Amino acid sequence: MRLYRALLHLYPRGFREEYRDELLRAHAALVQDLRGPFAHVRRTVAALSDVIPNALAVHADILRQDLLFASRSLRRTPGFAVTAVLVVALGVGVNTAMFSLADFVFMRPLPYREPERLVKLWQQTPAYSRNESSPANVRDWREQTHSFDGMGVYTMRSQNLVGSGEPRELQAALASPEMFSVLGVPALVGRTFTAHDLAEGPCVVLGEGLWKARFGADARVVGTSIRLGGVAHTVVGVMPGTFQFPYPTVEAWSSLVLREENYEDRDDTYLEVIARLKPGITPKRALEDLDAVSARLATQYPATNKDLSVLMVGLHGIPQRSQLLVLALCGAALCILLLSCANLASLFLARGAYRAHELAVRSALGAGRERLVRQLVTESLAVALLGGLVGVVAAAVLLPLLSLLVPSSLPVAGQATLDLRALVIALGLTLLTGFAFGLAPALSAGRTSAMGALRSDARSGGGRTQRLRAALVVVEVASSVVLLVTSGLLIRAVWRIQAVSPGFVADHVLAVRTALPFSDYGITAKRVQYYDRVLESVRAVSGVKSAAFATGLPMSMRGGIWGVKVGGEGPAKKRENAVSLRFVTPGFFATLGVPIQRGRDVTTSDGPRALPVAVVSEAFVRQHWPGLDPIGRHFTLADSPRTVVGVVGDVRVRGLEWPSEPQVYLPCGQVPDSSLIGYTPKELVVRFEPPMTVDALVPLVRRSVATADPQQPISKVRLLTQVVADETAPRVTQLRLLGALTALALLIAGLGIHGLLSFTVSMRARELGIRRALGAQAGDIVGMIVREGSVLVLIGLALGVAIGLAIGRGMGALLADVHPTDPLTLGAAAVLCLLTAAIGFLRPVLNAARVDPLIALRAE
Amino acid sequence: MPNERDTIATLLPLPPATFHILLALADEERHGYAVIQDVEARTGGELRLSAGTLYRSIARMVEQGLIAEVVRRRAISDDERRRYYRLTPFGSEVARAEMRRLEQLVRLARARGVRPAPESA
Repeated sequence: MRLYRALLHLYPRGFREEYRDELLRAHAALVQDLRGPFAHVRRTVAALSDVIPNALAVHADILRQDLLFASRSLRRTPGFAVTAVLVVALGVGVNTAMFSLADFVFMRPLPYREPERLVKLWQQTPAYSRNESSPANVRDWREQTHSFDGMGVYTMRSQNLVGSGEPRELQAALASPEMFSVLGVPALVGRTFTAHDLAEGPCVVLGEGLWKARFGADARVVGTSIRLGGVAHTVVGVMPGTFQFPYPTVEAWSSLVLREENYEDRDDTYLEVIARLKPGITPKRALEDLDAVSARLATQYPATNKDLSVLMVGLHGIPQRSQLLVLALCGAALCILLLSCANLASLFLARGAYRAHELAVRSALGAGRERLVRQLVTESLAVALLGGLVGVVAAAVLLPLLSLLVPSSLPVAGQATLDLRALVIALGLTLLTGFAFGLAPALSAGRTSAMGALRSDARSGGGRTQRLRAALVVVEVASSVVLLVTSGLLIRAVWRIQAVSPGFVADHVLAVRTALPFSDYGITAKRVQYYDRVLESVRAVSGVKSAAFATGLPMSMRGGIWGVKVGGEGPAKKRENAVSLRFVTPGFFATLGVPIQRGRDVTTSDGPRALPVAVVSEAFVRQHWPGLDPIGRHFTLADSPRTVVGVVGDVRVRGLEWPSEPQVYLPCGQVPDSSLIGYTPKELVVRFEPPMTVDALVPLVRRSVATADPQQPISKVRLLTQVVADETAPRVTQLRLLGALTALALLIAGLGIHGLLSFTVSMRARELGIRRALGAQAGDIVGMIVREGSVLVLIGLALGVAIGLAIGRGMGALLADVHPTDPLTLGAAAVLCLLTAAIGFLRPVLNAARVDPLIALRAE
Repeated sequence: MPNERDTIATLLPLPPATFHILLALADEERHGYAVIQDVEARTGGELRLSAGTLYRSIARMVEQGLIAEVVRRRAISDDERRRYYRLTPFGSEVARAEMRRLEQLVRLARARGVRPAPESA
């Protein structure tokens, strides 16, 4: 019987208290005839099988009744129900989507073996933290450290694929065999290449996409030979589609062969390095190991390796700016959640106060406190769950849109999916809010004497609720101001960036890539012939003003950094005297609209046997010959002297947000034969004028290229304006999102303020009525309400600005030199907040002014 | 207020325990254990309600107005704390309605020529 008595606690309290004695008595009578050897066991079974199903059934009965009651009571107040559900949906939806995205970007394990041990290594100089590395340095790191299980290198190189269909440019990576072993992903078909394969000749591993599209997913392709960049490569395997290293756009990996001469120049940096930490080696240990090697190399090769260290980042290594943006969005989402919870709380508080009377009546009619509490909690949980459901649907719709924000250059696999944990947390928070604030009125209904509540009817609910409501207003205002300030700062930053002149005129310039295979075009003269033929034909098109070839487009090719030696300085130091090097055909400056300030453009007569010349940018002149005439002066680049023949305007090569090195332009005819493969001009730029259109121009350009060389594909057709727009596109998208969240926040805060004030006014109708009856004017009443509300709004504003400023300081990297205390932003945020509050004040204040003393008193 | 017939209709079919409790209280007021004994006796020991099932049903039936607790009933021999229940007029209505429903079912079955199998015992 002791067991049975204990089991009775499984029943709801009300039921248990009502029937305990009866149950005990009946059960005792029923089991008294259970005797014999197993009586004890049989009694236990009888007790369990009686109580457990019946207790569950009683709970279910009550739940059904409560839900029925809740749905009836919510249907009676549809305004409350809809608002509450929407508020919860908003908070849950926005947060689930945002945190799923953040989780996807930051947390999702990479699709490689033990990804936590993978790191990326960069050469670091005081000026630039992430430089590619030179083969010689990588070799020394690999040979002299003991912390790594392997170190692989790769570099992106687009290569033309000829044969089996149209010639086409492939996005390929040149990779060392170690790259595959470090990542540890097996091939889908065949295998990845090894050092042994390389000795046999060039080989290639295809991506699954290319394999399917170009080779009909035929496994027999392994072992055959394909022509890549004009050279025969043996296909050794196919990688699965999930292997998207280093970018999702990569279609194939061909073997990177480093010869002894590639190890000579330590300033020739073009390799990206990944490495696998040995088990048990911490990143700190590994870095110490690398630092020791760097120090040794610095003394050994002071000319190139002085001040050179290694930056080691996890492979996930998301740039700080992207991290900050995702974090900013998460912060915004949290603000929305906070606002949602505050609004939900105020909604429930208001409802609770209105229902105090109803609860008192029911309590007087004999409903137990436990019963009332349970019922109210059921009701608020039902609201929260319903809201959560709507929120999840919203998040599911929102997430694919948000995923577009993830830069495609990140090594993250696949698509972001709804994150269950984020959902649980957001829903948990709203449930908690609903629970806590739905419960409050029930508890107070149970606590205060029913008679007291009945007599005094529903009124403001005492000082504690009053303070709680005040706190809610402050929270709502503060969180919306935080959002206003931070998104305001980001908007200002984008404005500032968009106002930066790129140094060229992007309108009406078409860019097309035609990468010439080095095997056929290794000889510079042959390449120049090709350029001339293409350019002649393109320039002949009516509507084309000028055309040229160049190594790369500004903001698209950001690297290509070399060191120069000027005058009697010591050895060329890449770091201090870094320049961004481009080879161009004549007409490049005219085509891009880069002004020639002094001297001349490169010409067709600047050939291999002519005087080596260069055109430099104004910043180069400012740095090396301030106040002097640069024309005819010399500098040394890669051990060969160059004479300056012209000066052009500065171009923002590295993009609008970063400082760029001074530029040096060399004539395309002076590229040494069979060398500098990465620098041979391959971007064709064409300036046209209306009525010529892009759509009409592209086929004409394509025909010109085909006439010059039918084997030559063209790719990356785009307008220069697109290249510039892409610079700010991610920011603009993220801002739009942040802006939308901020607008939402303002709306919620406005509604919240409105709701709380209206509620306060209606609860105080009697007090206001008495004041009117005692001679207060409508103006006095309005003044009092506005004063009380304004204090709360101002506290919230101050708090929000303070938090916003602190966050602004943390976002420094995103702000493009906009100071966090930017007065325009802060002013605008304050004005918007006050405006919202004023709109929120409007109706309650008018209601307060209209309180009729007689009616207010008659309500007694 | 919905009319009584509609209310009755929403309660049918009755759970077997409910119907038996109504029958047990049809002739006299009983306390819980007496209901269990009566049901057991009437069904030849086939249905033996457990304490939990009984009081869960009673709680719901009280709420539905099928039965009511008898106030201040004192039989000399009984423990006075025992709670007695009686059938309400609405409860008898519902019991009759359930009977009609069952009869109709049996009629329908017979009309189809279905006969119960002879008792095997």
